[in-house]
Amino acid sequence: MEQEYFHSVTLDKDKCKGCTNCIKHCPTEAIRVRNGKAVIIRERCIDCGECIRVCPYHAKKAVTDPLSSIEEYKYKIALPAPSLYGQFGTNFSRERIIDALKHFGFDYVFEVARAAEIVTHASAQYMKNEKIKKPVISSACPAVVRLIQVRFPSLIENLIRIESPMEVAAALSKREVHDKFGIPFEDMGAFFISPCAAKVTSVEAPYENKKSNVDGVLALKDIYLPLLDIMKKQKEEIPEQFSLSSAIGVAWAGTGGESQALKKGRRIAVHGIKNINAILEQAVQEGLNDIDFIEALACPEGCIGGPLTVENPFIAKVNLKNEIDKISRNDGHRIHKIDNVDELIWKSTVEYRPIMQLDDNMMKALEKMQRIDEITESLPGLDCGACGAPSCRALAEDIVMENAKETDCIFKLREKVNDIAHQLHQIDDMYPSD
Amino acid sequence: MGNVVVRDYMIPANDFTVAGEASSSVRKILTQLGVTPHAVKRTSIAMYEAEINAVIHGHGGKAHVEIDENKIFIQISDEGPGIADLELAMQEGYSTAPDSIREMGFGAGMGLSNIKKHSDLLKIDTEINRGTTVNITVFFNK
Repeated sequence: MEQEYFHSVTLDKDKCKGCTNCIKHCPTEAIRVRNGKAVIIRERCIDCGECIRVCPYHAKKAVTDPLSSIEEYKYKIALPAPSLYGQFGTNFSRERIIDALKHFGFDYVFEVARAAEIVTHASAQYMKNEKIKKPVISSACPAVVRLIQVRFPSLIENLIRIESPMEVAAALSKREVHDKFGIPFEDMGAFFISPCAAKVTSVEAPYENKKSNVDGVLALKDIYLPLLDIMKKQKEEIPEQFSLSSAIGVAWAGTGGESQALKKGRRIAVHGIKNINAILEQAVQEGLNDIDFIEALACPEGCIGGPLTVENPFIAKVNLKNEIDKISRNDGHRIHKIDNVDELIWKSTVEYRPIMQLDDNMMKALEKMQRIDEITESLPGLDCGACGAPSCRALAEDIVMENAKETDCIFKLREKVNDIAHQLHQIDDMYPSD
Repeated sequence: MGNVVVRDYMIPANDFTVAGEASSSVRKILTQLGVTPHAVKRTSIAMYEAEINAVIHGHGGKAHVEIDENKIFIQISDEGPGIADLELAMQEGYSTAPDSIREMGFGAGMGLSNIKKHSDLLKIDTEINRGTTVNITVFFNK
């Protein structure tokens, strides 16, 4: 059952200076500095991208596919995340961006925003079921799902059991291409254009089904310049296309988009991994049964604040708003949907991953906890991070789990050096002087 | 029989910004110990409610926690006004919380009944003008 745990955030060792920025910001305490370089504890990483954002040396990156990987497929499908539309400013409309994707080499473009509308419709149906556990928590952000898997297992039953817009887009686009043009499925490659690392992970190691329909993930920041170049050369006016997604789907790129689209119930939109931690904590303690829906996006301002985006999230937000206003003026609130909503329901469930557990044996875990308490007590309590662990308590845990030693603490080391100096001094005194 | 993890927390009076921190800390410990998510959840809810009660009614107080391999015992004590009619206070929806507290979304009268619902053993000692001690036990294998 235990397959190798995949995550997509990695370290560029040459760039890493061994500072404490990333260890201090990681929400699952998944990073340590050892021998002067950051090390990611693989099974703890939820790919939220917080470390990519805070690293001053850009030593953290997400593994994505190279742009050239689309050449591996005869028929290339682009699945642009709606956050792409916020990256280019007012001169570059959505139609131009989609046209540029085709010039770049894609044969077909299927907007993930369109799939987001389908998911919205399915979610609204799902919410009508009175038996579902409230508050329903969005499962659209893979980093949030993974956070729940490791830290809030009792909330797994609150996750909405509907596939993400990315997955829906991949499956539907392939079916559409097959039906329209008779292209065999094995010739098609569907590429998600992603604002974040977490989406790479959900393609490589999906939690909702066995194999993802997405064949590759391209970083938004990698395709940004090629698209901009193409768009600058576009001569003719690109006509408006009415088959595009509506304002509702595009709005998913920012905070509030998904929850507002649901229209009914008491809904909150939470963004930023720390805020999400806080609301989930509250959901465990208080239940929060008076809230119907929690939209939770790990990045500040939602997907437009993703670590693989180019534009400042607040500027992207206003760009996106312009686009949304334009769409709303033109064709109101038409929304894409599919009849068979059951098709989108998860086939399996996500599981609790007890990575914080000290030992499988409760007695041993208690013993370890007692030792952690003792060691924590003996440490200075400054949480300085100089040992490479995010806090004194985390160091104590590492010591007990045999991943660190007490003298990794520079204060403990100083004490020890003083002791040795003192002992040497005593020995020195024992020798008769000339 | 030395394998008992002990924790003590102060619960400050009328300070909602730190209310819930003790139960949040206990939740992390239980997760590290490998207690089932279900038992962790029950403990979190029961302890949180008792903690909030001490903040609202008891002028703050303290929490004492003992965890062994089978159960968690939580004692939350305050030196507040005490509970005049315990049986009545145990009923769902009964509340003596002032409006100012209710406006903050607390004091709906679900506290004690919620603790009872999420714990296996509940013992409340209360004396008018002396204070209240709430003793909660949650067994892990239930």
